Amino acid sequence: METTTDTKNSFINTFREFEAGLNGSAQGSLHEKRKEAISLFEKTGFPPTRDEEYRYTNIAKALQKSLGSNTGQLESDMDAQAIEGFLFKGLEANQLVFINGRFKPGLSQIISDPKNILIQELSEAYKEQPEKVGAAISKHAKPESDAFVALNTAFAHNGVYIEVPDNTVAEHPVVLNFISDGTKGTTTSMPRNLFLVGRSASVSIVEAFSSIGENTTFTNIVTEIDVQQNAQVQFVKLQTEEDKAIQVNNTHIYQQADSRVTTTTISLGGNLIRNNLNYAVDAKNCESNMYGLYYLHGNQHVDNHTVVDHRQPHCESNELYKGIMDDSSTGVFNGKIYVRQAAQKTNAFQSNKNLLLSDNATINTKPQLEIWADDVKCSHGATTGQIDQEQIFYLRSRGLSRESAQALLLFAFAGEIIEHISLEPLRAYFTDILEMKLKAKYQG
Amino acid sequence: MSKDTDILEELTSGEYKYGWETKIEAESAPKGLSEDIVRFISAKKEEPEWLLEWRLKAYRHWLTLEEPKWPNVNYPEIDFQDVIYYSAPKKKPQLNSLDEVDPELRETFKKLGISLDEQKRMTGVAVDAVIDSVSVATTFKKKLGELGIIFCSFSEAVREHPELVKKYLGSVVPITDNFYATLNSAVFSDGSFAYIPKGVRCPMELSTYFRINAANTGQFERTLIVADEGSYVSYLEGCTAPQRDENQLHAAVVEIYAAKNAEVKYSTVQNWYPGDKQGRGGIYNFVTKRGICAGDYSKISWTQVETGSAITWKYPSCILKGDHSVGEFYSVAVTNNRQQADTGTKMIHIGKNTRSRIVSKGVSAGHSQNSYRGLVRIMKRAENSRNFSQCDSLLMGDKCGAHTFPYIEIGNSTGQVEHEATTSKIGEDQIFYCNQRGISTEDAVALIVNGYCKEVLNQLPMEFAVEAQKLLALTLEGSVG
Repeated sequence: METTTDTKNSFINTFREFEAGLNGSAQGSLHEKRKEAISLFEKTGFPPTRDEEYRYTNIAKALQKSLGSNTGQLESDMDAQAIEGFLFKGLEANQLVFINGRFKPGLSQIISDPKNILIQELSEAYKEQPEKVGAAISKHAKPESDAFVALNTAFAHNGVYIEVPDNTVAEHPVVLNFISDGTKGTTTSMPRNLFLVGRSASVSIVEAFSSIGENTTFTNIVTEIDVQQNAQVQFVKLQTEEDKAIQVNNTHIYQQADSRVTTTTISLGGNLIRNNLNYAVDAKNCESNMYGLYYLHGNQHVDNHTVVDHRQPHCESNELYKGIMDDSSTGVFNGKIYVRQAAQKTNAFQSNKNLLLSDNATINTKPQLEIWADDVKCSHGATTGQIDQEQIFYLRSRGLSRESAQALLLFAFAGEIIEHISLEPLRAYFTDILEMKLKAKYQG
Repeated sequence: MSKDTDILEELTSGEYKYGWETKIEAESAPKGLSEDIVRFISAKKEEPEWLLEWRLKAYRHWLTLEEPKWPNVNYPEIDFQDVIYYSAPKKKPQLNSLDEVDPELRETFKKLGISLDEQKRMTGVAVDAVIDSVSVATTFKKKLGELGIIFCSFSEAVREHPELVKKYLGSVVPITDNFYATLNSAVFSDGSFAYIPKGVRCPMELSTYFRINAANTGQFERTLIVADEGSYVSYLEGCTAPQRDENQLHAAVVEIYAAKNAEVKYSTVQNWYPGDKQGRGGIYNFVTKRGICAGDYSKISWTQVETGSAITWKYPSCILKGDHSVGEFYSVAVTNNRQQADTGTKMIHIGKNTRSRIVSKGVSAGHSQNSYRGLVRIMKRAENSRNFSQCDSLLMGDKCGAHTFPYIEIGNSTGQVEHEATTSKIGEDQIFYCNQRGISTEDAVALIVNGYCKEVLNQLPMEFAVEAQKLLALTLEGSVG
């Protein structure tokens, strides 16, 4: 732990600078939360690997090694042309661009009517409705739950605030592009997002992460989604960063009665990724779906931790995470399902399937059930294996090369996750990305 | 519903039938733990110098360790200075035949239903009885001796086969292994030792019966089983304790060594006193059990039926070092009232083409908490390894909990690992089906639970399977709510 005090202290110093730079904003309920969070972080520091939750993923060590005491945020001069390649083309959506954690209004386009869906920068939203926004921040993502949430809360300023009014179907999806520019040096960013989805409202939101440059970029993002009665949310994360990127991604979802939330997490790039996905299901008759895909190469390390906390009866959760590990990559999966005593008649299903393509690849999986109610149906399963040689043989006997056969089988394996994205243009887009990635690997 | 509750009441108020205490004069060490106590135990056992050194090394290491806090169980802190580390039935002169065993003691084992008496030869089980950590009698020694099988108390093995003990003691569970294993290494008082020579198939079940009798004592026994090349042995372990209000500590270590082509089957029916309905008293069962499949084509199979103990904390493990070796773990863990169990297994695949199978069935009732915690690790060079795990939990009543913590770590692409787990209660439709066939609800539950556990119970040797089934029925019948 001593070895990481450098980076830790450096973050604390960065906070002092950040605080000084806030000027007029350094007051109010939000700033109280920031100060509490930084002192909490100062006390706990980064989680060591003897912390059960971080047993397989030593983020502190990686940060120490690659950031040292360079925990500041760099400015970037990327322009519309430079970022063009990172955007979703041909998608009719609200596209927001963040570079090194800062919102770039000039590069973004918001096409929806604010009455249909309100999209603002978080700091601006807080200025306009300090009480509402101030109360909602950290309501579900508690700083004491995780050191990285605490660190992010301390810097809570940049990010997106989305509000969907009651009985409204958002016309267009919202795409948040987080681009990290590591061309000039190491940089960190701490976006903080807050989505409030009203009663019987419906919305689709995408978070896409990408990076450029030779230097380490560290993204520590927290997203809170508060879902009211009978609302529907589709939430997709796409991680396609460069191999210098470190990312810690905390998502906290709070569900009210009769609501439905589907998350899809797709990790294709980045050096070290830790995703914490938490569902608190606090009312009857909710549906929570979690789908995940990680396709890893080189020395990538991706750690997915999911928690579903069933507190009330008659709810259902489905979880399916699939992983393909190649080269010397490492995959980690930990799925927790809690069923509290009151949560009778819960149906919870969890499955984690992995393919290892190389002898240097590793998968550590821990599907976990903790159940205190008796009238439930809960199951989990985990499998790890390799590509079935008989299936390869079948395809080869039909004239496919070994490479194409393998690519086809991997595409089918991964496709099951992408199918769960209900928004057609998004699904097509993800299918293309996956296809391209497989093509690049197996056909040249 | 109310009828079901009645049945539950009736059942849970069922007395622990092994709760009596035998008045046998015992000789104990003073309370507390220090180097002097370790020396005292060693001197009492007239042990050679090297063993004393080994114990002291363990004790000194123990001082540096902290009690593990990660298991999913809750209990007040144990005061390790408030435990008597050695208690033995008053030393008798070396016995020549079983007739000379203290009649009171023989009565004890008769009550337990253990065939100490020669006339029970027909049951064909060789028994080593351990009371308050000291082995009191071993049966069938002669017959086993003819085959070259050594089956005796641990202290006898130290006296008569020091070279074997020295070679294998601590080879599977080293003295630095974990808090309780290290404690055991320092203060273990007795236990059983079995050695099966090359190519011998042990003709009968070897069995150890453990009983804690004296108050305030901890039981620290040590079992070492060595199966030489091509041998086979099936080993049984059973345990009971008197009913008391305070908690007693049981920290045993079992080591199994299987050489090339050897097969060891180890079965446990654990029925320590579980405490009363409010959770007072009962045994803390903190046990380290591990076997190593050192040679190619060897096999170790653990079967356990856990019904007793206030707290169970045990993970019988297999280290599959030899190529083509096989590890198996079959477990039924039943908890009722305020019992807590955190149990499971570890399968470490090191050799090529190794296979392991885990079947764990948990049943929780009352206010109990039942956890499965297991590790399957496939090392990088363990090509073509295969694991299948299944852990099911059955919940009876809405105050109990069932938890699953499987760890799966795979470092080889040719490994195939499958894990599945389910949690549910007994289906009303199943009960209804039985009811409309004229089977009472109570019998239906017994039937369903027995069917649910069958896969594991089938693995037990005959003599134990019957006992285990009775135990299950006793603990659970009718407790569906």
